[in-house]
Amino acid sequence: MSDSGEKSYDVIIVGAGPAGLGAAIESGKAGARTLLLDENQKPGGQLFKQIHKFFGSKEHFAGMRGFLIGEKLLEEAVKHNVEFRLGARVWGLYPDGCVTATDEENSLNFKGKKIILATGASENALSFPGCTLPGVITAGAAQTFVNVQHVLPGKDFVVVGSGNVGLIVTYQLLQAGANVIKIIEAAPKISGYGVHAAKIRRAGIQILTGHTIISASGRDQVERVIIAKVDENFNPIEGTQQTILCDTVALAVGLSPRIELAGAGGCEMTYSKTLGGVLPVHDDNMETSFEHILIAGDLSGIEEASTALDEGRLAGCRAAYRLGLMTLEDYTSKKVMILNRLAELRCGPFGNKRMLAKEEIWKKAV
Amino acid sequence: MRKIFIDCPEQIPCNPCVHICPVGAITIEGSITNLPKGNKELCTGCGLCVAACPGQACFLVDTEFKEGFASVDFPYEFLPLPTVGMTVKARDNEGQTLTDGTVEAVIQRESSHQTAIIRISVPTKYAYLVRGIKPITDFVKAL
Ligand code: SF4
Ligand code: SF4
Repeated sequence: MSDSGEKSYDVIIVGAGPAGLGAAIESGKAGARTLLLDENQKPGGQLFKQIHKFFGSKEHFAGMRGFLIGEKLLEEAVKHNVEFRLGARVWGLYPDGCVTATDEENSLNFKGKKIILATGASENALSFPGCTLPGVITAGAAQTFVNVQHVLPGKDFVVVGSGNVGLIVTYQLLQAGANVIKIIEAAPKISGYGVHAAKIRRAGIQILTGHTIISASGRDQVERVIIAKVDENFNPIEGTQQTILCDTVALAVGLSPRIELAGAGGCEMTYSKTLGGVLPVHDDNMETSFEHILIAGDLSGIEEASTALDEGRLAGCRAAYRLGLMTLEDYTSKKVMILNRLAELRCGPFGNKRMLAKEEIWKKAV
Repeated sequence: MRKIFIDCPEQIPCNPCVHICPVGAITIEGSITNLPKGNKELCTGCGLCVAACPGQACFLVDTEFKEGFASVDFPYEFLPLPTVGMTVKARDNEGQTLTDGTVEAVIQRESSHQTAIIRISVPTKYAYLVRGIKPITDFVKAL
């Protein structure tokens, strides 16, 4: 059965994570007819997997657990008359603002004056002998198992990567009762926040820096991994191999922006190592090389939920302004406020690199 | 008296400790990434920051808990919770066990959103080194 009737909206947002919700709240609040599409059955993106308390400021709901922030944002979006269409996988975006999706049975067609893409990121994989064995999963998958499905995907874990994702997921695996044997990190030092690292080190978990995974092996699934020390070029050093018995390897080796839809829409792309790879060129209004396509969140550079939320808000305001639903004055004052908050999140030794990378990309947009 | 002790050494974008403190004993000057400072004079030892800090970086230390012993309050998010009177392994930030400690209090408040505060007593010389305990994994013993 095909649903050929095309429904029109002022703003169509793809992806109901923190960026998409932030955009929906602002565009809905400004009075735009807003549709929020997501392929999952539940909105919230990764927020509902986040059972830890968030950093940030009051405006970012700091100190609140991620899933509760998700609930709050949802409530707000509903209050502002945002229409949700869940279980809708968007596969097409056309220059005239047509968005095509499927709910597995029907083809769904929508038309939007403004399109905000908040498609998020996908987890990077790592290739090594044995990486296709059952038991090698991504950290995000481990988190979904534990926090959403409430099952442990294994018993004895080795986590690869000590960025905040690796550290947080390790903590949550411990909370769920798993045995995390070690975290291994190729870099010479822990790459995530010290406070996250401290939580798991206090629990007795060793973070082995300067080490990489060489291989995983086992009969039908992972039974052991071999790790080794690396030199400054990240090449394994002969004779430093150790074997660790485990049944699960969780990979937390970074994220990449999910650019497929932006690519289908024809958005110009650029590359930023700091921000996670190839991503759409955009300005500080979150507009891409096409005025009617805006982006926000991890798609516009891998950062955090709080930055995603604020970028989403900015994109929502911008769309509303372009549609004539917000005066230039109102828009400018909101933009300044949001950009100030973002600048705060992007300062300090962890954030500063991202700020510079963002500014590079904004320059490309002019 | 229990007094605030903060171990938050990196410039990260975070400030809920400042907002939760009812008496303004924690401040972050200027940018949100600057480091928080705890004011022992103002601190009433209420413990709200201990449970609220997402980095688990706020502690309460009472160096005069009893003759030769200090108490340390820290956040704890594993189950089962320890129980009062239990002997636990007190650990530092690297996970090294420093000494045995005794659980003096287990505090759970609605406002803490599932983060318990555990108070243990340890020999005074470890007062500012203890950051937590070896998690209790033995459900039977904990009951
Ligand atoms: S214990 Fe209470 S009074 Fe003391 S710093 Fe923390 S929140 Fe403020
Ligand atoms: S809330 Fe905790 S982690 Fe955040 S700044 Fe305060 S002490 Fe540091």
